[in-house]
Amino acid sequence: MTAIDLGLPSLGGTDLVPTFDGKQSAKEYKSDQEVRWCPGCGDYAVLAAVQGFMPQLGLRRENIVFVSGIGCSSRFPYYMNTYGVHSIHGRAPALATGLAVSRPDLSVWVVTGDGDALSIGGNHLMHTLRRNVNLKILLFNNRIYGLTKGQYSPTSEQGKITKSTPMGSLDHPFNPVSLALGAEASFVARALDSDRKQLTEVLRAAAEHRGTALVEIYQNCPIFNDGAFEVLKEPGERERRIVNLVHGEPIVFGTEGCEYGVVRDLATGAFGVRKVAEVGLDSVVVHDRTVQDPSYAFALSRLTGSDLAHTVTGVFRAVQRPTYDDQARAQVEEAKAAKPADLQGLLRGNDTWTVAG
Amino acid sequence: MSVDVGGNGSSSPEADPEVRKLDRVVIRFAGDSGDGMQLTGDRFTSEAAAFGNDLATLPNFPAEIRAPQGTLPGVSSFQLHFADYDILTPGDRPDVLVAMNPAALKANYRDLPPGGMLIVNTDEFTKRNLAKVGYETNPLEDDSLASFQVHKVAMATQTQGALESTGLGKKDAERAKNMFALGLLSWMYHRPTEGTERFLREKFARKPDIAEANVLAFRAGWNYGETTESFAVTYQVAPAKLATGTYRQITGNSALAYGIVAAGQCSKLPILLGTYPITPASDILHELSKHKNFGITTFQAEDEIAGIGAALGASYGGALGMTTTSGPGIALKSETIGLAVMTELPLIVIDVQRGGPSTGLPTKTEQADLLQAMFGRNGEAPVPIVAPQSPADCFPAIIDAVRIALTYRTPVLLLSDGAIANGSEPWLVPSVADLPDLSVRFATEPNAPDGSGEFWPYLRDPETLARPWAIPGTAGLEHRIGGLEKQDGNGNISYDPDNHDKMVRLRQAKIDGIEVPDVVVDDPSGEASVLVVGWGSTFGPIGAAARRVRNAGGKVATAHLRHLNPLPANLGDVLAGYSRVVVPEMNLGQLALLLRAKYLVDAVSYTKVAGLPFKAEELQHVFTDIIEGGVKR
Repeated sequence: MTAIDLGLPSLGGTDLVPTFDGKQSAKEYKSDQEVRWCPGCGDYAVLAAVQGFMPQLGLRRENIVFVSGIGCSSRFPYYMNTYGVHSIHGRAPALATGLAVSRPDLSVWVVTGDGDALSIGGNHLMHTLRRNVNLKILLFNNRIYGLTKGQYSPTSEQGKITKSTPMGSLDHPFNPVSLALGAEASFVARALDSDRKQLTEVLRAAAEHRGTALVEIYQNCPIFNDGAFEVLKEPGERERRIVNLVHGEPIVFGTEGCEYGVVRDLATGAFGVRKVAEVGLDSVVVHDRTVQDPSYAFALSRLTGSDLAHTVTGVFRAVQRPTYDDQARAQVEEAKAAKPADLQGLLRGNDTWTVAG
Repeated sequence: MSVDVGGNGSSSPEADPEVRKLDRVVIRFAGDSGDGMQLTGDRFTSEAAAFGNDLATLPNFPAEIRAPQGTLPGVSSFQLHFADYDILTPGDRPDVLVAMNPAALKANYRDLPPGGMLIVNTDEFTKRNLAKVGYETNPLEDDSLASFQVHKVAMATQTQGALESTGLGKKDAERAKNMFALGLLSWMYHRPTEGTERFLREKFARKPDIAEANVLAFRAGWNYGETTESFAVTYQVAPAKLATGTYRQITGNSALAYGIVAAGQCSKLPILLGTYPITPASDILHELSKHKNFGITTFQAEDEIAGIGAALGASYGGALGMTTTSGPGIALKSETIGLAVMTELPLIVIDVQRGGPSTGLPTKTEQADLLQAMFGRNGEAPVPIVAPQSPADCFPAIIDAVRIALTYRTPVLLLSDGAIANGSEPWLVPSVADLPDLSVRFATEPNAPDGSGEFWPYLRDPETLARPWAIPGTAGLEHRIGGLEKQDGNGNISYDPDNHDKMVRLRQAKIDGIEVPDVVVDDPSGEASVLVVGWGSTFGPIGAAARRVRNAGGKVATAHLRHLNPLPANLGDVLAGYSRVVVPEMNLGQLALLLRAKYLVDAVSYTKVAGLPFKAEELQHVFTDIIEGGVKR
C-alpha cells in the first residue's frame, strides 16, 4: 500500500464552475414555489442571505445544485431557483458526494439540520469531512426536531424537557464544530441566522474554499424551541457572549470591543477567557485559520458550551488539502492517459481459445 | 482397492499407462482454507479451458478467512466439471476427490460414488490431525474407504524433496504442495502445462524463488504421475464441440464487471460505482477499480447507504450510477431505491444473493432475495428485476439491465447469486460491434405543454412513460426533485389525493410496460405436459435434469425467466398450456408464490435452501415423479 502524491494544483472552491458575466439579482435565485416554513422561522433569514449572496459568486445559475436530506431546513432546495434534490433523511452528503465526484463543473451545496446531519446522518457527515469532498454544507442548528414536532435533538442541551423527554433528556449534546474538527474538516465556521453580514462573509469564505466546508448556522425555531439563541442576540448580552474570529487579529470581545480576550492555558493547552486589562493584549491568541493541526481550532471550539456563555463564531479553520473528488478524477484521467479504452481487448483478455467451424 | 504409493513408493517395471477416453469428468480439490484449493481449482479450470473443454465450476469455501487449521469448518473445496460436450452444471458428485488432509476427506468423501478415485495427501494424516476431526483410527489404514480407488501420496514429502535444491525453508517448500497436486492431476488428464507455469511466474514475479518453487512442485507432481506408475490409467477428455468463435473462461462477477464497462461504452456515459465491500459481491468492485481508463469511477463508501446514495447522486448529474451488494446490503439500500423510484432516475443495483436471513451464510448460494427485490420497500415502489442464469450470462444480463434503466429512467435490480458470482464457464467473447447502442438524450429544452417556456420534469414520454433526464448545467431547465409526491407533469410537490393515486398507478404502469422478450420454452418432444419454470442459477441443474429425464424417455418442458419484473407477456399463456407447472427454487417458493398470485396457476414448488446448488439427479427424480404421478390432462 503506497501513497501516491497526485500533485494537483490548488484551486479555489468554484474554479471549475462556469461563470456568468452578466448581472444577477437575488430575485433570480427565488423559485416560484411558496415558502412554507412557520412564520418567524430562522430559515427565512438564511434563505434570504443565501439568495442574496449567490449573485456575488458570479456563477451560472444552472451550475449550482442544492442537495438536502429531511427536516424543516431540508425544504430549502425547493425555494432556490437552481437545480436541487430533496433526498433522504441523513443521506444528502452521500448523494452530493456522487454528484460532486462526477461533475466538477457544479457548485454543490448541502442543506441539513442538527437531526439530519448529526443524528441519522452522522456517519455520512463524518466521512464526507474526512474525505474532503468539494461540498458546502450548511448545518441549520435549532437544537430541536421541528418537522416531527418537538423532540430533543443531538444538539439539545442535557435535561431538555420535550415531548419525548418529559423528565428531561439524558443525552450529552454534540458541539457540531468540535465534531467536524475531530473529523479533520478542512473548513469549519459558525454563524447566526440573524446576522446577515457575518453569515454572508462566512458563506463567501466557504464557497471560495476547495474541499468540504461545514458552516453551522444557529437558527431559531419559534414553535418548538423559541429563543434558543436569544441571549446571543440581545444587546448587552451578545457582546459578552459572542467571540467573533477574525483571521490575523487577536481574539477579543466584550462591550467595549476588546474587554475580554482568549488566552491559552500553557499547562493544558486549552483556551480560556480573561480580561485583557489583566493579562495584556500580547497574551491574547491571534487567530490563524490556516493552522494545519486541527487541535488549535478544536481548542477554540471548546469555548462554546451548550449554555452559550461564550459562543465562538466566524471561520475556525480553512486549510488546503487535496479534495477527494479532484483526486478521484485525476486517477481516472491518469488511467485514461496510461491505457486506451480498448473494450474488445478487455473482453478477450489474455487467455482465449478458438473453436473452429 | 487400495494402492499404496507413499513417500517411499518404488516404481514398478516400465509400461505406458492405459489411456481411457471419457466424455466428462468431475474433480473436486479439497483441503484446508490455507492450502490454496481455490487457486488450484482455478488453474485446473484454466487448463481445461485452454484445452477447449466445456466446463463449469463450483467453489465452496468457509466465511472465515482462516478457520482453525485442519478442522472441518476450515475445509475449502473447488469442484470442476469438464467435458467434450456442452455441460450445464459443475456436476452432482465428483469422480475424483483430492483430499489434502483428514478434515477435507471427512467433509467430502461421502459425495464420492463407489468406485470413485480418491487421492489423499498422507502427510497430513497424523494422530493429532485425525483426532482434530474425530477419527479414532486412520481411515487410510482401515477398510472404511474400501469402496473407492484410493491413491495415497505423500504430497508434502514429495514436494519438499523436489525443492531440496532450492534452499527454500521446509515450511515454504511444503506450501507448494497444492501445485504438486495440480501437476499430478494435470498429468493424469493430459492437460497443457504452459499456461500454469506462465501464470505462476507472473503471479510471483516479485518473488522469483517462490515462483520457481511452485513451478518445480507443479512439475514434480506431473513427473510423479509419469514415473512412479502407481496410476495405471490416464484419461483424456476431448475438446468440446461448442459454437465456433473465440472463448475465454469467466466468472459471474467478472462478467458483471465487464458488462458494466461495456454498458458505459455503449451508452457513452461515465460510470460511478458507489459500493461497500460485502461477500460475495466485492470482486465486482475489485475488477472495476482496474478499469478506470474506461471512464469508471469506483467509490468505496462508508456504508451501503452511502454507496447507493453516491450512485444516485451521480445519476442525477448525468452519469450512470451503480451499486453492488448482497442481501443484507439491499436491506440498507431500500430507502434509496425508493428515492430512485420516486425521482425516476436510472440506477443499477446488483444483488449477489447469499444465504440469509441476516448475516446468514455469506459464502454460500441462495436465491431468497426475490421477494425482497420485488417488494422490499415502503409504499408502491415497483422495480424491474433481471436475473442472469449462469456466469457468462451475467454479461448480457447487465447490459439489458442498463438498457431498461436508461430507457425507462428507473432503478433496476439485477439478482445474481453466490454460485454464479464465483463459478466459471467458457464464454464466447462477444464482438464489440454487436453490442447494442445504449446512448441517451438528455433534455435540453423547456417542454411545458402550456407554452410557458417552463421545464416540466415529470412530463412523460407517451411510449415509455419515462420522464426527461435534465442534468444540472442545462440552462433554463433548473428544477427540483425529491422524495415527496409530485404533481403529474410539472413535478411540484403535491398532496392532492387524486394526483397521488394517479402517480402511483403511473409509476406501476411504467414498469409493467417495460419491453422484455417472450419466454422461450424448451421441449424437444413438443408433447410434454409438465413445464419446469426456473430463474437464476438453477438454469444449469434444471437443464441437466431435463436432459436426464429426456434421455430416459420422459417428456418435460423447461422455461427460464431472465425477467422477473415485469414477467414476459407470453408467460400466462405458456403456463396455461401445461397440466403441471413445477418451480424449483433455492428458497421456500418465492417465484412460485408470484406465479400463483399473478396467473392463478397451481404451481408445484420444489425447494431447497442448503447453500449449495441443486443436483441434476435430485431434480431428475422430482421431475420424473411429477411426470409419472400427477399428469392431469
